[in-house]
Amino acid sequence: MARLIRTEKEVEGRFEEVWLVVEEDPLEQWPAGPLAVVGRDAVRVDARERDRGEARYTADIQLPSMLHTAVLRSPYAHARVKRIDLAPALALPGVHGALGPEEAKGLVREAGYVGHAVAAVAADTFGQARRAVKAIDVDWEKLEVVLDPEEAVARGQLTIPSEPYERGDFERALASADAVVEGTYRTSVVLHNSLETHQAVCEWVGDTLNVYISTQYIWGIRDGVAQELGIPADKVRVVCEYMGGGFGSKNSPDEYTFVAAELAKRTGRPVRCALTRREENMAAGNRNLTIQKLTVGALRDGTIVALGGEFVNGVGFSGWSAMTEGPMQMLYACENVRTVRHGAKINTPPMKAFRAPGFVEGTFGLECLVDELAAKLNLDPLELRRKNYAGTNNGKQFSSKNLMECYERAEKHWERRHEVRARSTDTWKHGVGMASQIWFGGGGPPSYAWTRVTSDGRITVVTAMQDIGTGTRTVMAQIAAEELGVPLDRVEVALGDTARGPYATLSAGSSTTPSVGPAVRAAAADAKRQILEIAAQRYHIEAGVLDIKDGIVCSADGNVSTPLETLLEILENAQILGTGGRGPNPTGMTVLTFGVQVVEVAVDVETGEVRV
Amino acid sequence: MSELALTVNGHAFATEAPVGMSLAQLLREKLGLTGTKIACNEGHCGACTVQIDGVPTLSCITLVHTVQGEVTTIEGLRDHPLIDAFVRTDAVQCGFCTPGQVVSAAALVTARPSPTVDDIRHQMAGNICRCGTYPRIEEAILTWRD
Repeated sequence: MARLIRTEKEVEGRFEEVWLVVEEDPLEQWPAGPLAVVGRDAVRVDARERDRGEARYTADIQLPSMLHTAVLRSPYAHARVKRIDLAPALALPGVHGALGPEEAKGLVREAGYVGHAVAAVAADTFGQARRAVKAIDVDWEKLEVVLDPEEAVARGQLTIPSEPYERGDFERALASADAVVEGTYRTSVVLHNSLETHQAVCEWVGDTLNVYISTQYIWGIRDGVAQELGIPADKVRVVCEYMGGGFGSKNSPDEYTFVAAELAKRTGRPVRCALTRREENMAAGNRNLTIQKLTVGALRDGTIVALGGEFVNGVGFSGWSAMTEGPMQMLYACENVRTVRHGAKINTPPMKAFRAPGFVEGTFGLECLVDELAAKLNLDPLELRRKNYAGTNNGKQFSSKNLMECYERAEKHWERRHEVRARSTDTWKHGVGMASQIWFGGGGPPSYAWTRVTSDGRITVVTAMQDIGTGTRTVMAQIAAEELGVPLDRVEVALGDTARGPYATLSAGSSTTPSVGPAVRAAAADAKRQILEIAAQRYHIEAGVLDIKDGIVCSADGNVSTPLETLLEILENAQILGTGGRGPNPTGMTVLTFGVQVVEVAVDVETGEVRV
Repeated sequence: MSELALTVNGHAFATEAPVGMSLAQLLREKLGLTGTKIACNEGHCGACTVQIDGVPTLSCITLVHTVQGEVTTIEGLRDHPLIDAFVRTDAVQCGFCTPGQVVSAAALVTARPSPTVDDIRHQMAGNICRCGTYPRIEEAILTWRD
């Protein structure tokens, strides 16, 4: 029976409560360790088409009479368009349409960073569009620029209100500590630089907009575009079959999609809007810089009693302020924690999610701080981490946590540090470092999948997710093969099209496999149940004693042993259809992922060359 | 527009293209050979690599009217044993750079059927993989005849 529940959903460390319909009978969790297909090496199911150049990326979509777009971007970090004249651009050969500020979402009148989009031109070729953009006549009024994130915080120039957090009594605990270490840690801006730049091709077919786009979230694009255009979401079809990398930067539609949609509407032709490599570096997002002022107080034996941090995220002109304080709050057992996070609004390109946003930066700061504490107390850094192991997340149980085992496995690598250090010379200094890792990544509902079993015993998994390049297709095929009891090469996976499959979550936040995987498994189980019911009727036997193993439908007593395709061949063109959805996470528990990394690093102290 | 005769993957094409068009653009937009990718469009990343008379060439910064010699693209190398090697060693993630990697590697193994690691690193230095599959690419080329 379908049951309506309220549950928590986490994406990239941001939580929201959602309504969810779940089935009453969730499948039992698979045991750990390699199974028949899952947990074993497999050839990536789509490796061949990618390697042979057959895989069709958004960049390869060429529609008849398609126009190409070039975008005018601000040369100033903060400036207002006083006057703009598109006429000289429109007069040039090959030009079919142009948009000025506010004529599509993402084209702004007041530019907040170098590279902020203000106008766009569609022409027969990209070269013509680029020439036309150069012909646009703009009067700029330059405005005051703030680039220093700390200055922005001091001025109260924030992307969101600052977020304070405290548990226990930080001040009192710090006063009671035997040792206190304070430090400021900075991390710099990092660019994603996906090889396939951000791009979309938009095409109107009647009142439906087809959006071919390089994205990590086809459903997010669908909703974002529909909302902006004021049309029903199912009038927007979003397709992304293959994607040339994303790394967190391709979760939202952004200006290039809205520009392509609007120009396609005005010109009546399909329109591509693709960022150039230079635009990709300017305007496609980045991992923001951080400034972390951190404090730790500990007893002589290494017990951490107080942790404090003031975190400044240099978010840029827009973007969200990631949870840089997360590791400090959750990695170690400490009753007294005080943090505050500021999202500084500065005139630099916008932050976008980038592989564990906030947590990578926050872990860097925290783990450096812990190392310094270990040095001050003359304790082994690995032992210090074990001593402060968090058995619960501030009293809340973890759904699972194997960090202690990670520390154990790291031991033999960590023990090499003395030997490695002894290899240092006057100029080349060698050393071993370690850090713990903490991040979300448990996934959650909603996500759905369908399975289709044909009479030749082949299976297609249909789910409207995307494969960012992590092997999603392969993982989903493995899960379906495992549940159905068939070899991996019997399974195809169809994904990447909002009009051709059920909702699935985004390819981000380390959440895709744990979100969509269970849905695929449930859909496979549904098909399998039907197959066994068919077998039971055909062979006059209880369905309960039947199973499918390696493609053979078999009974516990061995009396039935028939290849799946033999059982199903009577169906001819009929098909068995299974459906499945992702169930809720356990209530009242913290779902996190953990790890440990040990690295050997050599630094040439004369030249600064670093070898990892 | 200016007339053009070009041999690509053994087929002769008579076409026309505006002066200034790159070989990559012609291959992708006029001939529909989209296996050759354009990732930087300024000769830095190697995704657009094709062979001209067997020599790896960056097609995004090669003007099509200057091309003399036979062009081989990934479409002409689809049955090369390197494809199996790349599949077997899982030398791919997003795959956007991979056709260019295969084209460069194919030129290398033709010149040196048993390349050393140094040979590979030298030859492949111009092909960037943002996903970081370099160790697997190296393994694929080292074991391409297995």
